[in-house]
Amino acid sequence: MKKKRIWAKLKNQWQFHVMLIPGIVALFIFSYIPLYGLIIAFQKYNPAMGFRSPWVGLRNFTYLFGQPNFVRTIWNTFYIAVFKIIGGILVPVTVALLLNEIKNKTFKRLFQTLVYIPHFLSWVILAGVLMDLLSIDGLVNQILSWIGISPVNFLGDPGIFPWTMILTDIWKGFGFGTVVYLAALTGIDPGLYEAAIMDGAGRWKQTVYITIPMLMPTIVLMMILSMGNILNAGFDQVYNLYSPIVYQTGDIIDTYVYRLGVEQAQYAVGTAVGLFKSVVSGILLTLSYYLADRFAGYRVF
Amino acid sequence: MKHRTTGQQIFAVINYGILILASLMCILPFVHLLAVSFSESAAVSAGKVGLWPVNFTLQSYSFAFSNGKFVKALLVSLERVALGVGVNMVLMILTAYPLSRSKEQLLGRNIYMAYFVVTMIVSGGLIPTYLVTTKLGLLNSIWALILPSALNVYNMIILMNFIRNLPEELEEAARIDGAGTMTILRTIVLPLMKPALATVGLFSIISHWNDWFSGMIYMQSPEKYPLQTYLQTLLKSFEELLKTADGDYMQLISRMNVRTGRAAQLFLGAIPVMLIYPFLQKYFTDGLVLGSVKG
Repeated sequence: MKKKRIWAKLKNQWQFHVMLIPGIVALFIFSYIPLYGLIIAFQKYNPAMGFRSPWVGLRNFTYLFGQPNFVRTIWNTFYIAVFKIIGGILVPVTVALLLNEIKNKTFKRLFQTLVYIPHFLSWVILAGVLMDLLSIDGLVNQILSWIGISPVNFLGDPGIFPWTMILTDIWKGFGFGTVVYLAALTGIDPGLYEAAIMDGAGRWKQTVYITIPMLMPTIVLMMILSMGNILNAGFDQVYNLYSPIVYQTGDIIDTYVYRLGVEQAQYAVGTAVGLFKSVVSGILLTLSYYLADRFAGYRVF
Repeated sequence: MKHRTTGQQIFAVINYGILILASLMCILPFVHLLAVSFSESAAVSAGKVGLWPVNFTLQSYSFAFSNGKFVKALLVSLERVALGVGVNMVLMILTAYPLSRSKEQLLGRNIYMAYFVVTMIVSGGLIPTYLVTTKLGLLNSIWALILPSALNVYNMIILMNFIRNLPEELEEAARIDGAGTMTILRTIVLPLMKPALATVGLFSIISHWNDWFSGMIYMQSPEKYPLQTYLQTLLKSFEELLKTADGDYMQLISRMNVRTGRAAQLFLGAIPVMLIYPFLQKYFTDGLVLGSVKG
């Protein structure tokens, strides 16, 4: 009986199942097989044998964590990523709040048009622009010299390089980052403000007691969702702007994997790094989705 | 007309000041790039170029277009965007439409959904993906730039949520009239999906246009580089030149030629994004808000 019903249903909806095949195949080849390929992290990779190379247990990992350079990249990655996440929330929230106080629609639209631009350009182009601007004789240092600040080696000083990464990343993303908060701001019930005005609250009190509390769920949500990025310090950006002089503070996990895995063809060790990263971000991502659902009622699917 | 207090006026001035400063920070770097690209290299090397070209010249641009590498890379990029966006759109629509159905309308929907979502949470990472793509014989083929990212699950979910929010009555009416699944998709669902399709389509164009990394790892000869990968090599060669300059005057001059030439090529590389940008801005807020923040 039941089997028959399932068959009848399938007969009705077979097109749907057929439509899913290309997507399933694409992900199988380019997501699931590489996922299986992670096992070479426990092997001594041999190109001829591929994913069936001889096992070596945890040797790749012990080798890796014995490398001071690798341990250094974990800290660098974490440092850069954490400040990018914090700034990447604080700055857009502030800008959205400021923009919300502006009543002039033309100014608002023009502002948004201008600040979204860097978000859509690649880090290759932005790196080219920044190399010019931030060089010792570049425009930024010229401006700094007008106000009496001696030239800063933004890209060549290991003490400054991580902050150059953090600030330029915020620069690239803050405009686009405001979209979410502006949407949340327009969703606030105007009745709340009317009631507050009746009670004699000025603009400042309205912001502190209505706007910010109403924005909190969105802010918390964005914070939780960015937890999965704690080991993503931004390969595209760092790779295009760093140089061996700043490896000490600027080399991140992804650039290290790239040099080790692709340039030096140490596939197994490179994969071990990838697996380590994948496990940590996978746990954080799952945890953050759970938290987002639990505390902010947000579901991705 | 409401009267404004002094405090409010001061705040308004400061607020406008901060926002204007922020928008200038986003746009002036590109104005500078444009100015450098139209300037004579000697003026650039003397640090005279700010936001306006000095000794206006089109030399850098004529150099870019007479440079076989640049033109070739541009063509590779155009081909890649056309093929890549086509593949992306077809796969996204084919996947999003069935998944927008309920559990009853699509048996095993939750299993399918889990299959797709898992790939967003865990991935094999760079090396295994590289090895698979290489093993498939895609090295040096344009398909290496397209197939590994054939289906973007995140954008697919945006589309899926969008379809789920469409009124069901239209589809039901068509089904009662005897229309098949494909007819309904083509004549009813797709036209209604236009804003969402435009959004994910523009995202797909931008991500294909901007990607330089897969070009760098999968293309072994520079003639096959897409534009952004070619531009990336310009950044590195500039660095090499800087390292070897050592105050040598001739080399300093050649380095500055590199600077204006590079500025022109970088600017040309940014133009397509700037061109589709107004459309993007029109659609992406609606599309994103409609698709991703579903109650």
